[in-house]
Amino acid sequence: MSPTTVDILLLAFGSFGILIGLTFIGEVLRARQTPGTTNPVLETFMTRIQSWWGMVAFVGGALLLGKVGVMILFAFCSFAALREFLTLTAKAQADHKSLALAFFVVLPLQYVFVGMGWTGMYTVFIPVYAFLLLPIMSALRGNADRFLVRVAETQWALMIAVFCVSHVPALINLDLGQSSDRSVLMIAFLVMVVQFGDLLEYFFGRRIGRHKIAPGLSPKTREGMFCGVISAMCIGALLHWITPFGILGAAGMAGAASLVGMLGSLVFAAIKRDRGVKDWSHLIPGQGGFVDQLDSVIFAAPIFYHLTAYFYG
Amino acid sequence: MIFLRRFAARIVGHAIRIFARAITAVRADWQGIEPLPRQRVYFANHTSNGDMPMIWASLPPALRREVRPVAAADYWLKNKLRAFVGPEVFNCVLVDRRPEVKDKPMDKIIAALDEGASLIIFPEGNRNMTEDPLLPFKAGLYNMGLARPDIDLVPTWVANLNTIMPKGEVIPLPLICTVTFGAPIHVKAGEDKDAFLARASSALVALAPEVTP
Repeated sequence: MSPTTVDILLLAFGSFGILIGLTFIGEVLRARQTPGTTNPVLETFMTRIQSWWGMVAFVGGALLLGKVGVMILFAFCSFAALREFLTLTAKAQADHKSLALAFFVVLPLQYVFVGMGWTGMYTVFIPVYAFLLLPIMSALRGNADRFLVRVAETQWALMIAVFCVSHVPALINLDLGQSSDRSVLMIAFLVMVVQFGDLLEYFFGRRIGRHKIAPGLSPKTREGMFCGVISAMCIGALLHWITPFGILGAAGMAGAASLVGMLGSLVFAAIKRDRGVKDWSHLIPGQGGFVDQLDSVIFAAPIFYHLTAYFYG
Repeated sequence: MIFLRRFAARIVGHAIRIFARAITAVRADWQGIEPLPRQRVYFANHTSNGDMPMIWASLPPALRREVRPVAAADYWLKNKLRAFVGPEVFNCVLVDRRPEVKDKPMDKIIAALDEGASLIIFPEGNRNMTEDPLLPFKAGLYNMGLARPDIDLVPTWVANLNTIMPKGEVIPLPLICTVTFGAPIHVKAGEDKDAFLARASSALVALAPEVTP
């Protein structure tokens, strides 16, 4: 086994250990409740832990399979996220061809470019080529009704669900002055610090949260976010051995990714509130949709990618 | 040979269901009624040729086996492939809408009900191409409710299919489709046709999800 494989397995078993611990704590709290009552916070916590088991298994498996596994996993996530997003956006029949192109041409091509490591293409393909070409497709059908709203919302969906999500597997392409197969560990680092930060932000927010950050949008509090980001930094520092960052660098990068991710999930909360839905879909039981599960990773990925390229590339 | 055709029909049925699930993640949302294997008439809005397969695919297996969509013979007998899929895969009750035929649609529908089948019907009669949520209902729903008053008439709203597969497009868009089943209605004693159809229509529209794009 290569050192990278060993590290992936270590991370996976470490995560499973933490999940076993969290599941155990949750079950003990459940057993200690007065019979016949349920605590909604505890139940939410437990369903999150459950979907975490699935995530660790999928991401771990994909990382072990290497580049192809990672591309397929995140292309599938993009597809599911784009489907959830475009279900809620404004569209007319005049957009049918451009939406079909978004799903069946733009999305696969973006992952082909990421898989090829063609940096110059995958960083501009959606913000430039798709941005200009898809509105042309819609305009050719000659329907001007709410045209700008339609094309703008479609582009937003592509940027979020395809461009941003594809920056997670794109971390593989970064040349960080280490043996080339170790870049795959950067994916594990990003996903772990952001998601653990979220989990602890939720926990501390419920425990000690007082001041809401965006009242009317989200229950997130300043105290919860502060503790969440600090926790993410600690986890980042603990995981520094899989990165080229060093201890302080790893803490800083983890803090930045976690903060951007938490603020990103506020953006998603605003979109959901605007469209009058509670969740993006029903596909992950007890969780909502793929966008609900991935929201903070989606926002953190491009920022983390570019910060890493700038400071360590 | 018969055995082979039946086997092929089951395989095609599974393929259609898996395809519908993979593209639209179709989900049944049971509001005000449980998915129990009772005899029912599901009456639904009709905007796309995909409506019927979508409702069919969203039903649990025990209910799917007992359900027969009521569909137009002129559409499903047009070529050999459709003549296989319509009557054999979906087990459609094919009705001939032309006024000159002797074989009246309502007779075939009542016969299917008396054999114990549940039905899927589209009371608007045609695909709705307008901006209105529903076209005026035809009398058929009232007539079957009157003839077999014990059977539950279940309003069934199919969301999003006019965007997933609008008329004239070839490629379906993978958007999320929800099929919502509402509380059953029955023809009340002494209720006239127009009052019942208006009540059925508003029970169906009430299931449309309120999303403001």
